Amino acid sequence: MSSAPVVLEVSDLKKHFPIRGGLLGTPVGHVYAVDGVSFSIRRGETLSLVGESGCGKSTVGKSVLRLFPLTSGQVVLDGKRIDDMPASSLRMLRRKIQVVFQDPFSSLNPRMRVRDVIAEPIINFGLAKDRADLDRRVAHALDTVRLPTDAAGRWPHEFSGGQRQRIGIARALAAEPDIIVCDEAVSALDVSVKAQIVNLMQDLQKELGLAMLFISHDLAIVEHMTHRVAVMYLGKIVEVADKRSLFGAPRHPYTEALLSAVPVPDPTAKRDRIVLQGDVPSPIRPPSGCRFHTRCPYVMDRCRKEEPVLTPDATGHLAACHLHDLPASQNPLNKAGPTAFRAA
Amino acid sequence: MSATALPPGIDPALIPPGLAIAQPMPDVLPQVKPRKGFIGFLRRYPTMAIGGFLLLLMLGIAVFAPYLFTRDPTALAPALRTREPSAQFWFGSDMLGRDVYSRVLYGARVSLLVGFSVALLASVAGLFIGIVSGFSRLVDSIVMRVMDGLMSIPSILLAIALMALTRGSVQNVIIAITIADIPRVSRLVRGVVLSLREQPYVEAAVAAGTRTPMIMLKHILPNTLAPLTVQATYICAAAMITEAILSFIGAGTPPIIPSWGNIMAEGRALWQVKPYIVFFPAIFLSITVLAVNLLGDGLRDAIDPRLAKRL
Repeated sequence: MSSAPVVLEVSDLKKHFPIRGGLLGTPVGHVYAVDGVSFSIRRGETLSLVGESGCGKSTVGKSVLRLFPLTSGQVVLDGKRIDDMPASSLRMLRRKIQVVFQDPFSSLNPRMRVRDVIAEPIINFGLAKDRADLDRRVAHALDTVRLPTDAAGRWPHEFSGGQRQRIGIARALAAEPDIIVCDEAVSALDVSVKAQIVNLMQDLQKELGLAMLFISHDLAIVEHMTHRVAVMYLGKIVEVADKRSLFGAPRHPYTEALLSAVPVPDPTAKRDRIVLQGDVPSPIRPPSGCRFHTRCPYVMDRCRKEEPVLTPDATGHLAACHLHDLPASQNPLNKAGPTAFRAA
Repeated sequence: MSATALPPGIDPALIPPGLAIAQPMPDVLPQVKPRKGFIGFLRRYPTMAIGGFLLLLMLGIAVFAPYLFTRDPTALAPALRTREPSAQFWFGSDMLGRDVYSRVLYGARVSLLVGFSVALLASVAGLFIGIVSGFSRLVDSIVMRVMDGLMSIPSILLAIALMALTRGSVQNVIIAITIADIPRVSRLVRGVVLSLREQPYVEAAVAAGTRTPMIMLKHILPNTLAPLTVQATYICAAAMITEAILSFIGAGTPPIIPSWGNIMAEGRALWQVKPYIVFFPAIFLSITVLAVNLLGDGLRDAIDPRLAKRL
């Protein structure tokens, strides 16, 4: 895996949304939605971005898709910087990065037949040689997501949520991308359909060697889907590691708390729930020092002043936490018993 | 269940007695067969059917007015003034002896022409302004301030003021009412465009490499048409009333042209003794406006079933 070429590399990505106010609409502040995020994804790899609502996961996804201009940072897609590329030259490069959205209902234009939905990227990127080739590609895309060919002539409202989500995946695949951003792609589906879509995406990834940025808040699905996990809190990544390492031995108190909140299908299981106090602070005025210090159960004086940076341990497990500078015997993350949640 | 019903790859011998293996559900798309034809349409959209029928009736009257036993609506007959409705004058005659029946039928032409023209022109202009200002912040801030200014004047007063600047003619009435209606339409379209731009399918289209003009044309425009069509019917109804008001106060269609507003204006002086001169054009205007409004309500229900309410 680690030898595969890097498809997407993001460094120090920032996206601040101005808050307009006053008579002239001058910015009166900023929402620091994403504030310095770095990661990379290799071919055939799935990186999951997890975190609670409002932590900036989706903004990262839309930023790498360049759906809006970025505040700062670099996004390198297949060796080309796309963060400052003008829209006209970016257009053809968009083929390489496609998206599947959360809501299967609003992600398909209700006034376009399925055929036209899927044909759109094929036509835009000039992938089809002629009319017959276009039809073949549409049929192939439908077949890839296990939908009958006669779906092409139908309208989106004739399909169920899971089927519509598969149409969305077919649209993304039709562009022959290198990487797909799945923005909560299965969160809106019910459990059985969710499993179906997740398995479909895994199969497709194996067949086509796709890279995937899997944005989710559902740790059980993430654990099933992913190779690596990045945990986000208030616009920053606090921990990045292989699935096994992160679920087995979290190295950040926030991850530890998140994992302890995952429901376990065993009512007799003994587990230590870590219940975080308070709410997520406002991304308009993020806390000083470590952003998590207002809710961290192990907070120290240093955390309020100094911002921790992502540092690897011996195995390459990255975490941004001052606790790791303490002697190992005093680090509460080492002592805390293994969380009930374990990578299989 | 017989062994042949087992999915492939499963050995029937491994299944314990009394247990059956469920077949994987195939992706069957059900054939939706709503009742077709005229009766089906009547059943599903009774409001639209009634409104449409009445409006078609009025259209027929307007188009075929010369063949519906009318005479020249401007022909004077001073000897036969203010006659009660009779076999000769079905709706009576006015103070100059003109046949009210003929005048009312010909008047449908003016009302419908004004209503449809204003609805069409205001929709097209509003659609263009709304889509452009929904996409360009600069255009938006300038155009919408102008629209705010126009909207601060009641539309009937604006139409009267515009009519005061020109000569009275059907064409000028249409232009005046259209200008007064454009701000509302462009506001509506702009609002719809702004919300559509945030839709995931528009973002997916951007990711799929669609250029902005094509996004406007393929993704924004078709989804704007539904609410706009409904709005257009209401504009049509309001324009017919505005036309009648303008004619009634003498600021609209010139008196030589029989329009419902003109007929009512002329009958106003005799209202207490000869009410039928005002009554017949008024009832025609009411029925036409009702028809257009019913059609609009029906359209809205058909387009957005969540808002549907029974007649």
